[in-house]
Amino acid sequence: MALGQDVKKIRSKNAGPFWLTIDIFCHDDQNFQDIQRRLDSTAVARLFQTDLDQVLRFDIASLQVIKFSLPRPHIQGTRADTDMHGASFAALLEELDI
Amino acid sequence: MHKSEIIKILVPAGALGIPYDRAALNAGLLEKPDLIAIDGGSTDSGPFYLGTGTSKYSRRATKADWAELMEARAKAKVPLLIGSAGTCGADAAVDWMLDLTLEIAKERGEHLKIATLKSGQDQQRILQALERGTITPLDHAPIITAEVIRETTNIVALAGIEQIQAALNTGADIIIAGRTTDTALIAALPIARGCHKGAAWHGAKIAECGALATTNPNSGVVLMRIDDQGFVITPMADDAAATPYTVSAHMLYENANPYILYEPGGYLDVEAAQYQALDEKSVRVKGSVWHDTAPYRVKLEGARCAGFQTVSLVMVRDQHYCQHIDDWVAALEQSYHHKALKNDLSDVSLELRVIGKNATLGTLEHHRHDAVEFGVMAIFTSQDQTRSQEAAKLLNPDLLHLPLTPHEPMPTFAFPFSPPEMNKGAIYEFCLNHVMAINDPMDGFTLEITES
Repeated sequence: MALGQDVKKIRSKNAGPFWLTIDIFCHDDQNFQDIQRRLDSTAVARLFQTDLDQVLRFDIASLQVIKFSLPRPHIQGTRADTDMHGASFAALLEELDI
Repeated sequence: MHKSEIIKILVPAGALGIPYDRAALNAGLLEKPDLIAIDGGSTDSGPFYLGTGTSKYSRRATKADWAELMEARAKAKVPLLIGSAGTCGADAAVDWMLDLTLEIAKERGEHLKIATLKSGQDQQRILQALERGTITPLDHAPIITAEVIRETTNIVALAGIEQIQAALNTGADIIIAGRTTDTALIAALPIARGCHKGAAWHGAKIAECGALATTNPNSGVVLMRIDDQGFVITPMADDAAATPYTVSAHMLYENANPYILYEPGGYLDVEAAQYQALDEKSVRVKGSVWHDTAPYRVKLEGARCAGFQTVSLVMVRDQHYCQHIDDWVAALEQSYHHKALKNDLSDVSLELRVIGKNATLGTLEHHRHDAVEFGVMAIFTSQDQTRSQEAAKLLNPDLLHLPLTPHEPMPTFAFPFSPPEMNKGAIYEFCLNHVMAINDPMDGFTLEITES
């Protein structure tokens, strides 16, 4: 099942010009615990073609949110950057099969 | 320290230029705020604005919105404060905002004391700081050298509460600040009046995006009450509510770390914060902690010119070509490099992005669909606009007619306009993600008063 179909919402956004942050909002505690168990950080690192040690992960039970932060694939606004606000990267996680 | 009063800050919207609920602003004025504060920008729209010292919003739209806030200030008889004026907060953007303000004051027949706080940093000072070793890179900062600093068109330091307090202390009716941290705008006054520092910074982070931390983000207006223990956030629109969930979830927004916020002079830790619903639309928050750090450091932002671009666009609808789009793009590249070499334009780099395939996610894209059409965007970059355009003109005949193999009939693709190439002008890039230690918070900041 694609992750995006199993959770409430996935949002990605710049956290300044050098970082990208992705918030996965779960439906409830049970959904959060289930996703927390099934979602492997190495799969996320692989999606972004980066190393696991570049990916910060926060499992926030009080909000039923799993958050990932990582250096932007390209620094915001440089020639190689394809998405100024970084919102489209959420699609990668939405389509991740877990 | 004396027991503090409750300081009330009215935030009309997440930024000047974003729509807000007018009735909610009037409701906010009835709450007798101590200050009206609004953010004017951020880096989020990209490096062009800092590179050029310009605003992303139109002058007329900014003037109309600002005139409404100036009218609200006149009604409330409290200071009106804008930070990161003109999107980027460079000195030229502060002057632009001051010019607008004087124009409105004249039209309204208002006599005002206006303070400007400029954050633009002198290149020589930054070069000296680099040499002295008082500039430190943050995580994943680009490498900087004296040459990089010399190439910047604008460097700004993000002001914290100390510089804004200095501006507030002038007794100005309106304060136009250059680049500041979004939060310092809201935290400065309550901390000056002895409120809880953790509460002031945390409340500031929650309110700096206007009503984004509520159930109706588009309503804009929130009232932040800060006291000696915590803060209370209340959205002013009838149909908006703050809940413990909407408020606590806001720490996620545009933050790499949802618990820690670095600011000039220290950092905020909200991990132990407690969120309590006071009524159907207000939330009280306690337990956030501020930590002072030494030396006093300000974050730097800088942008430099990274060349001049020309962009051509062609649409490919022919199914044979759509099915072999990668081969066609490879053929275009090959032809370009051959022509550029022959015409002494090899310094102009070409990037081809296939819209409909992976132009958004680049090499991270893992989908492969059959598309009914593709757009091929050719981006030419060099240190000279004329050369970028010349290079585009070299490739345009291929974008229109290049056959996949020499043996097939000459195709003709779709140019959406004439000419198919557009000069994009200078492009900029952020080149600083560093902090600089300074002895006095006002070092490198300039405070001036203008009377209208």
